[in-house]
Amino acid sequence: MAKKIAVETTLNGEETVFLCEPRQTLLEALRDNLGLIGSKEGCGNGNCGACNVILDGVLVNSCLVLAPEIEGRSVVTIEGIAEDGELHPLQQKFLEHASLQCGICTPGFIVSAKSLLDDNPDPSEHDVRLWLAGNLCRCTGYDKIVRAVLDVAESDA
Amino acid sequence: MQAIEFVAPTTVDEAISALAAGGGRARPLSGGTDLIAQLQEGRLALDTVVDLKRIPELMAISISGDGLTLGASASCHSINANQAIRDAYPALIDSTHLIGGTQIQGRASLGGNLCNSSPAADSIPNLIAHSVTCNIAGPNGRRSVAVEDFCTGPGRNVLEDGEFLVSLDFPTPPANFGAAYLRFIPRNEMDIAVVGAGASVVLSDDKSTIQSARVALGAVAPTPLYVVEAGDALAGQPVSEESLDKAAELAKAAAKPISDMRGTIPQRKHLSAVLTQRALRIAIDRARGTKTVDELGRLNGHG
Repeated sequence: MAKKIAVETTLNGEETVFLCEPRQTLLEALRDNLGLIGSKEGCGNGNCGACNVILDGVLVNSCLVLAPEIEGRSVVTIEGIAEDGELHPLQQKFLEHASLQCGICTPGFIVSAKSLLDDNPDPSEHDVRLWLAGNLCRCTGYDKIVRAVLDVAESDA
Repeated sequence: MQAIEFVAPTTVDEAISALAAGGGRARPLSGGTDLIAQLQEGRLALDTVVDLKRIPELMAISISGDGLTLGASASCHSINANQAIRDAYPALIDSTHLIGGTQIQGRASLGGNLCNSSPAADSIPNLIAHSVTCNIAGPNGRRSVAVEDFCTGPGRNVLEDGEFLVSLDFPTPPANFGAAYLRFIPRNEMDIAVVGAGASVVLSDDKSTIQSARVALGAVAPTPLYVVEAGDALAGQPVSEESLDKAAELAKAAAKPISDMRGTIPQRKHLSAVLTQRALRIAIDRARGTKTVDELGRLNGHG
């Protein structure tokens, strides 16, 4: 087994150091080493978006990042979306619009939607559908998810 | 995933040493959207992954009088977000906006797309249309290769053991230059090209004559296909439906596709002609300044 590597990173705003094997993906390190099990593994190859995190302000699949790559970088996961014990407006609107059923895809959708609204606070429905095209949901048919994101954008306007 | 060593050199020379130390079982890593997926699926057995993203030259985007030099590991996101590229090379965004979804674009690089050397890669016909030169480094020094000569077969290219792609050079677009990349997929997003077509033109000052043109196709041959004869047939011709029909017929004749789950040989031959003609038409509109990148984005379903 390869020697473990110590990785220093900013995780959800906090300076964090963790040990990982070089072969571990960021998703594995988050879930297995750091206990942050909000990010889900759907496909493990970048097709489903359930593991999405924001890396240095950019949306990425954490299953396609090696954990040692995040040395010195900043990562925001679903656990970092709510602030001060209050649900983020996206989380609140997902509840109000019933935008989830089984819930496995939901963390990825909320992280992706957060990244969209950071980039474009006033998206059209087309913008939302395009940005979220890399997130798969097998329950909702997407409409309720799109409505929740648009509702957040309109509420902030 | 199997056990690997991970190294992140900060200079090209250190990367050359790290790859040499790993022999044939070390590979460079850029965005990882192909490499890490292949490692996860056990399709690739490696001892060492060499992350190139800490090397400034591999991440740099610089535009000067000599043109654009794009670090091989720069992400599609960083290209999409670069206003200078959007202004000077708008057609490049045709590709970087449709490779994967948002989160893939956050990592995937054009260098990686090229080195993965898929016949269906969405950036390569576009790079050929832009007359790109590939800058390579390795244990025997540096060398450069025209992008149309880079791929040698499905998943294969001219890189020798220990070599890696450092950057891509785009010449400064001449006056009255326009380019475009179009692909056909049966859905709106997140798919692999059934056929892709890249085209560029240089028009005369009165914009009525095509001075020179380049056409390249994806997913119709073992490598992305530079259709020299289509460009040659357009040189000196008036901008007309007849000229574009002729180029489209030559592209169709050059295409040597296979039938697979994505499309049949006749469909891909037909698409080669249709997409060539449409890509040329958009390239001409752009050279005339009558179509913006955002309008084309809508044609590709993006925007």
